[in-house]
Amino acid sequence: MGNILAFCEFDGGALRASALSNLSFARQAASAHGGEVIALLIGVGAAAAGPAAAAYAAKVVTVEHGDLGHYLAETYAPIVARLAGEHGAAIVCATATSVGKDLLPRVAALLDAGMASDISKLEGGNRFTRPILAGNAYSTVEVSTPVVCVTVRQSEFAPAEPTGSTGSVSSADAGAIDAKGARIDRVDSQKSDRPELTSAKVVVAGGRGMGNGENFKQLEALADLLGAAMGASRAATDAGMVPADWQVGQTGKIVAPNLYFAVAISGAIQHLAGMKGSKTIVAINKDPEAPIFQVADYGVVTTWEKAVPELIEEIKKVKATR
Amino acid sequence: MKILVPIKRVPDPELKVKLKDGAIDLAGASWVVNTFDEYAVETALRLRENAESGESHGEVVVVTIGPDDAGQQLRSALAMGADRAIRIDGEDKALDSRVVAAVLAKVIEAEKPDLVVMGKQAVDGDANQVGQMLAGKLGWPQATFAATVELAADKASLTVGREVDAGVEYKTIALPGVLTVDLRVVAPTSVKNNITPASHSYGTGEGGPRYASLKGIMAAKKKPMEQKSIGDYGVDVTPATRELGVTLPAARAAGQKVADIPTLVKKLVDEAKAL
Ligand SMILES: Cc1cc2nc3c(=O)[nH]c(=O)nc-3n(C[C@@H](O)[C@H](O)[C@H](O)COP(=O)(O)OP(=O)(O)OC[C@H]3O[C@@H](n4cnc5c(N)ncnc54)[C@H](O)[C@@H]3O)c2cc1C
Ligand SMILES: Cc1cc2nc3c(=O)[nH]c(=O)nc-3n(C[C@H](O)[C@H](O)[C@H](O)COP(=O)(O)OP(=O)(O)OC[C@H]3O[C@@H](n4cnc5c(N)ncnc54)[C@H](O)[C@@H]3O)c2cc1C
Repeated sequence: MGNILAFCEFDGGALRASALSNLSFARQAASAHGGEVIALLIGVGAAAAGPAAAAYAAKVVTVEHGDLGHYLAETYAPIVARLAGEHGAAIVCATATSVGKDLLPRVAALLDAGMASDISKLEGGNRFTRPILAGNAYSTVEVSTPVVCVTVRQSEFAPAEPTGSTGSVSSADAGAIDAKGARIDRVDSQKSDRPELTSAKVVVAGGRGMGNGENFKQLEALADLLGAAMGASRAATDAGMVPADWQVGQTGKIVAPNLYFAVAISGAIQHLAGMKGSKTIVAINKDPEAPIFQVADYGVVTTWEKAVPELIEEIKKVKATR
Repeated sequence: MKILVPIKRVPDPELKVKLKDGAIDLAGASWVVNTFDEYAVETALRLRENAESGESHGEVVVVTIGPDDAGQQLRSALAMGADRAIRIDGEDKALDSRVVAAVLAKVIEAEKPDLVVMGKQAVDGDANQVGQMLAGKLGWPQATFAATVELAADKASLTVGREVDAGVEYKTIALPGVLTVDLRVVAPTSVKNNITPASHSYGTGEGGPRYASLKGIMAAKKKPMEQKSIGDYGVDVTPATRELGVTLPAARAAGQKVADIPTLVKKLVDEAKAL
């Protein structure tokens, strides 16, 4: 018996899509442990987002404080650890986003908890399966500490549906806030109207073979036609053709859309680690021997210069008939 | 300034994964320094040197918990330019991130570095835990997934460009602290220390960690390597994590090459129902 404390990220009064995957894991864990799901929202705006979270969890705890405006592991971890104790948590979980990956191991240290990262499956009890070696193998581990910390791979847990009833919402104190000499100076991000890369149904990704950022504009036109998110290989992001947060792979984002276009990407194992869970993979590459063709459902050996305008043309035709 | 770099050896990530008795078959594996740890050593060296005059402004100590053979990976780091090494004897099987962080915390109590630089993750287990756990245990600030690093002129703080889901976050931490590095930290101008002229470029293109020179390899043989055992540090060494088994992922069904884009789009509509 133990409860599941699910750290949930939110944005503008609603839970992020990534948080819904965490809650989906948390529900599975709650039935395995016989406890209840407690969604934990921390930061400025937590109180306002609480009611939205109550559609997904039996209990919602919000921690609102002006000094928690920007996420910092230093200030958030002690709050999560304290509430884990107060709420009798057997599992503390978060989605393996850049926040979850930064936060949970620090929480684990404060709780002296063992941890399983980026899990793909709950096997029951405290047994989890997780990808290792860039997704080339799956390891099943058992964690034996009284409290266990877990991060959840978003692409492996379908977003939770509303429970159908409304959970209770309460607020908790932030306690003493100590940033330990850490602060955020600024965040550089490019605002985009495209869907989030990690939850998009369609992803259009380009690689080094695209040549430069200007050429990527053609891929972006394809993406916008499909309502897709943009992705890229490390070589393309390293070369500064596109922003680093487009990178898909072992060290970038893990995606599993319905449809993934890999254009001028060779298909290195580290790239495949981030996208081979996609339902349908299309590869466009001028080299017939490129390893990407080994994982692609459909491959076309051609240049992107020829293929992309044709794709846009053909897809417009299909759309016109609907 | 004194910088501690914990490094882990991993089976060569370029080699094909084989299983034996439900575990990764490591018989005959060739071991290398974890890619991100090699980048951490490079970062530490850039932080303490004047790249143009060659003079050193501090000490870089590398440490690993691992078996006798792991001494080789420490030697590689010494050959790159680290000053001394500590090997703490431990079997891979008897370690998990929690144990590694607990032992490293004790090493830090003894060594009192100003900064710990490490890889963001080990490319075998892909756990991405030890740096954050260590910072939590020590009550130090942490800057994880660093793509750029700038050391303040007074050496009291670091400003780090972190690649986060939403873009790049610039975080400043007071020292002592824990820094974990991402791939782009080895780009030619990613690390600034206010000692090396700001215009300096480490190589061209994507950059990369430095190679050990022949002189470096010779010098490494004479650099000190301390041998310790986990018992010397008096921590509970029972791992909380047990591996129950390893499986290989199902291979994707073979795909097809199609002749042209119209055929592709037709198949995406009719066959895959993806459009
Ligand atoms: C044969 C074998 C069997 C194993 N069996 C188990 C098992 O049963 N249960 C289990 O949990 N794990 C097992 N492991 C993995 C375990 O030994 C990991 O090394 C440990 O979990 C810590 O590394 P990580 O991969 O979690 O580190 P991460 O958190 O991914 O590593 C981050 C950083 O921590 C530092 N670091 C990590 N390990 C060390 C180290 N040893 N010395 C110095 N610095 C280090 C490095 O700077 C690294 O970049 C096994 C490994 C092998 C090779
Ligand atoms: C520890 C580590 C982690 C890594 N993590 C990642 C990661 O997260 N994500 C990632 O992507 N990589 C990662 N990498 C890098 C990875 O190994 C590859 O280097 C990278 O994925 C290559 O990118 P690419 O396919 O765009 O470039 P290349 O391998 O150079 O391939 C370019 C391709 O474009 C094709 N091409 C060229 N011109 C055209 C044209 N006109 N039309 C059509 N096709 C064309 C070529 O035939 C070629 O196949 C990592 C590496 C390491 C060591």
